Amino acid sequence: MKSPSAELPAKKLAMRRPNPVGEFWRAMWAIVWKDMAAELRSRELLSAMLVFALTVILIFNFALDLDAKTRSTVTSGVLWVTFAFAGTLGLNRSMAMEKDRGCMDGLLLAPVDRAAIYFGKTIGNLIFMLIVEAIVLPVYSILYNTNLFNPGLILIILLGSIGYVAVGTLLAAMAVQTRTRDVLLPILLFPIAIPVFIAAVKGSTGFLQGIPMDEIMPWINLLVVYDIIFTAVAFMTFDFVVEE
Amino acid sequence: MGPKPIGLKILDILSIVLLLIATWMVFFYAPTEAVMGNVQRVFYFHVSTAWIGMLSFLVAAVAGIAYLVSKKTSWDIVEVSAVEIGIVFSLIAVASGSIWARPIWNTWWTWDPRLTTVTIMILIYAAYLLLRAGIDDPGRRARFGAVYAILGFLSVPLTFFSARLYRTIHPVVIGTNQPGATGAFDMTSDMRMVFFFSLFVFTLFFADLLWHRIRMGHLQERVEELKLQASEGTD
Repeated sequence: MKSPSAELPAKKLAMRRPNPVGEFWRAMWAIVWKDMAAELRSRELLSAMLVFALTVILIFNFALDLDAKTRSTVTSGVLWVTFAFAGTLGLNRSMAMEKDRGCMDGLLLAPVDRAAIYFGKTIGNLIFMLIVEAIVLPVYSILYNTNLFNPGLILIILLGSIGYVAVGTLLAAMAVQTRTRDVLLPILLFPIAIPVFIAAVKGSTGFLQGIPMDEIMPWINLLVVYDIIFTAVAFMTFDFVVEE
Repeated sequence: MGPKPIGLKILDILSIVLLLIATWMVFFYAPTEAVMGNVQRVFYFHVSTAWIGMLSFLVAAVAGIAYLVSKKTSWDIVEVSAVEIGIVFSLIAVASGSIWARPIWNTWWTWDPRLTTVTIMILIYAAYLLLRAGIDDPGRRARFGAVYAILGFLSVPLTFFSARLYRTIHPVVIGTNQPGATGAFDMTSDMRMVFFFSLFVFTLFFADLLWHRIRMGHLQERVEELKLQASEGTD
């Protein structure tokens, strides 16, 4: 016969020691949610990234004389340079915001795993970057009368953005704590993110020009490997970057 | 910190003597390559300096990990010393490579994977020095430096691999050559001897430089401490 008193201690124990994985997810999504809510109210990050991205595309239009002939070969290059620049802007801003208003100290004081802070910020930055990309792609398609809606291209953009943001969030957390702050992030980030750019540009061009899949596969593999390695290393070293 | 240790003195003299012998061997002992002629002699020091560049950055990454684990300042000094030496040797490798490439490839520069990788590598470690220069707090400077040295070193093979998926014209002297490589040659046994001797001498020279630079780092630290003490004394 089961007595209600026998179940009680077990329940109490479960309440005192909550599931650590559940805690992690809750903390991570809380940070993502916080970034989204702050952005919804101010809209300063997304609007700056978007206007900047569109300006870059306009500059490329005149710098490269984007006519019908050159378009097909340079499209992915133009897109990735635009994403990289706009991404740097967003990464810098999202970390500077935490630093300036003393929010970072608050986050660090919270009794949560530091990795949850890293993944929360990374996912937040990834969402911003994907929103910018989701707006830039159709605009580019209309401006230059090319069809960029290709599932392969979207896969490459997703994989490339993950790698770029994973290492970018860590480096942005470092850059905002230095004297030269905003200037430093692109200098730190671009040389390390070169494999992402090479693979993403080649992969995107491959899909846009309809090159056979077995020639695009190495680039996709490279992006996946980069994403895994750098997410893992950033996750392991983030503690050292934010500790006081 | 006492006077110069006896081991370092021996290493100094050994490096100087062996470097002179290596230079002599490159010019007088090694046979002239049949197709490329005398310009091929740059090969011995070109590969040696490139090797020291890679070795230094590996040492820096390992010192970075050791610092993050142990939090000992001496590892930080090893790391920054290795990076500084690595940048200098990589630049020498690029310069000597250009001298070789001009007559053989008919250009000073080409976007070959090795050349691209070494350029990006130099940029990474230049960024490393800029990062350190922007931080005043020594503890934070050491932590950030260590993290960046590890990240940078991890990205180098990926950069090389991604650039290699393009076709290359850089010769692979050891191992198999890709078709289309220009300036390749087979080493004779004399050449091989000079080559491995150069590699050995430069590695020794690297150890000597690293030791000097680490000593300098420790002295720098001591000066900082004394300055701090002096300023506290006057207050």
